[in-house]
Amino acid sequence: MQVEVRVFATLRQYLPDLGIGEAKVMDVPEGTTFAQLRDMLGLPADEVKIIMRNGIHVEPDDVVQDGDRIAFIPAVAGG
Amino acid sequence: MTRKILRINMTDLTATYEDIPEKWAKWAGRGLTSAIVFDEVDPTCHPLGPNNKLVIAPGWVSGTPAAPSNGRTSFGGKSPLTGTIKESNSGGLSSQKIAKLGIAAIIIEGQPKDGKWYYLFINKDGVKFEDASDLLGKGMEEVDRIMWERYDHKPAVIGIGPVGEILAANAGISVNDPENNPGRYAGRGGLGAVMGARHVKAIVVDDKGGPGVEIKDMALFKKGRKKLTNAILAHDLTKPGGGLNAYGTDVLMNIINEAGGLPTRNFSSGQFEGAAKISGEMIAEMVEKRKAGMTGHACHPGCVIQCSNIYPGPDGSIIASPIEYETAFALGANCGIDDLDFVAMMTKECNDLGLDTIEMGNTIAVAMDGGLLEFGDKEGALALFDEIRNNTPLGRILANGVEATAQMFGVHRVPTVKGQSMPAYEPRAIKGIGFTYATSTMGADHTSGYTIAPEIAGVGGKVDPMTYEGKADLSLAFQATTAFIDSSGYCLFIAFPILDIAEGFEGMVESVAGVMGWDLKAEDVVELGKEVLKMERLFNERAGFTNLDDRLPEFMRYEPLPPHNVVWDVPDEELDKVYAWVHED
Ligand code: SF4
Repeated sequence: MQVEVRVFATLRQYLPDLGIGEAKVMDVPEGTTFAQLRDMLGLPADEVKIIMRNGIHVEPDDVVQDGDRIAFIPAVAGG
Repeated sequence: MTRKILRINMTDLTATYEDIPEKWAKWAGRGLTSAIVFDEVDPTCHPLGPNNKLVIAPGWVSGTPAAPSNGRTSFGGKSPLTGTIKESNSGGLSSQKIAKLGIAAIIIEGQPKDGKWYYLFINKDGVKFEDASDLLGKGMEEVDRIMWERYDHKPAVIGIGPVGEILAANAGISVNDPENNPGRYAGRGGLGAVMGARHVKAIVVDDKGGPGVEIKDMALFKKGRKKLTNAILAHDLTKPGGGLNAYGTDVLMNIINEAGGLPTRNFSSGQFEGAAKISGEMIAEMVEKRKAGMTGHACHPGCVIQCSNIYPGPDGSIIASPIEYETAFALGANCGIDDLDFVAMMTKECNDLGLDTIEMGNTIAVAMDGGLLEFGDKEGALALFDEIRNNTPLGRILANGVEATAQMFGVHRVPTVKGQSMPAYEPRAIKGIGFTYATSTMGADHTSGYTIAPEIAGVGGKVDPMTYEGKADLSLAFQATTAFIDSSGYCLFIAFPILDIAEGFEGMVESVAGVMGWDLKAEDVVELGKEVLKMERLFNERAGFTNLDDRLPEFMRYEPLPPHNVVWDVPDEELDKVYAWVHED
């Protein structure tokens, strides 16, 4: 199944070929968790603070669904 | 030496240094500006009339040696934009210099009988009232430059641009930064018009030879300072090279967009297809590509977080400083504009003319909604600043903010609470921040209770942004803690590390306790913060505000917000819980 993945801010260094806000379209096996996907992409677990699916927070052990728009996000805030 | 109140009377052009009365002795920063406004300003006065006052106060730790990020100044008065009490908080050079002169607060009252304009020069020897007629009509870039030519020691320059002179409701107060740029603003709520109504164009502060800040318990202060600094340097968000340092506050652009909470095209969508182009990552890329400007800029000496930036143009010349998330949202996404250079050029105009960027961007967006321009018309948007500079009737309307403009253009989608327009988080998609917008004593304001930290960023816990259960308590806890931090002189951004790192929180408390000679516990923070909120709330009640003013605009209840297609569905009783305690204690 296919998903699109975005990474932001300090996590972009691990997927340097992606432009800002650009999605990586990937095929992943059924039953893949977000933690597994994170590891497949080489994103360090301790630097991923938030994971979103279609704009909603998910947990690392939740399972990826076909067509998901996924974002891995480091520590961010501001004002 | 003990701190003094500097009272400046513009009616008879006198300045007096008064002992702090007992009732104000414990306060600084926002606590002090609000206490003084509460005691001395009639809540029913007209904000531009003779009976309003402008109060300026550094925080408890401002100007102390090496306390991190301690240079925030509170500006207070009755707001011409909202009609409520107002505290607007700025970085820049002013806080540390005022504090080092031994001044707890400057109160500016009265109006010159001769109708002339003045600027004030304050140093260790006292206050001089100088003729400002040669500065009238000048933008803040020029005013800052002139003052640094005129005075030695790189003084702080607090000033108003042309829109402050015409007493426009969206006039902010500029403070210069270490490079003498005018970009640090007490922007929100029109306090620049309160300063203008006193015919004060600028206040120049030189702290050379001043007595410095008294620290009652140096050992405790040093212990606290160290713990706080360590927490800031350890937290992923605030450490060197962390999110804020590398990308500035605009690191949020892509994230809030991803969450579907980025107000776009006058609050008609929560997602903007051009978000990446105006994001913090793009600012960093431009700085790198154009080999000019910088990220990781400090808005005042001693900030260890350094979230500010200086944005370069295509030819390497500097356009503006800083480009914040709020700026990029308001002048960018909310106007449908995805060009960072134009966002920067409009920011420069705001900083020079003396406009709050949030209110200004939202004003252009409302005017676009009303048909003045197409969404996305960046040239048209930029040209509107000429209308303001030339003081045309259209320019005057725009300079008075969102509500004035919405009325002129027949727009029903008016994203304001108590007259002040919303910052960069959509309350339909992020409910907790809606509680803060609705109930804050300041009108719609994110900084007054930043629930985004746990709702989106997972800082200080994690809560679901789409639900409203528990959000009244969450918003109150943030509002109270913020009122304390706004009184401390510390930048509010220290909140992120100290919410996650208990030692850092203790460090903040101990450093304040050390300066004041107090026995202060972590649990006192919320109690002191609530004392500040209570004064502000009571002022507003006496000005005529009721629970019915603590509501979000009607359109948010029936217009679903894409992409989540959610409306504001929070029952009014939930909102009324936030301040129920004021009359219960
Ligand atoms: S963190 Fe940013 S806003 Fe706060 S004091 Fe430092 S540079 Fe200024």
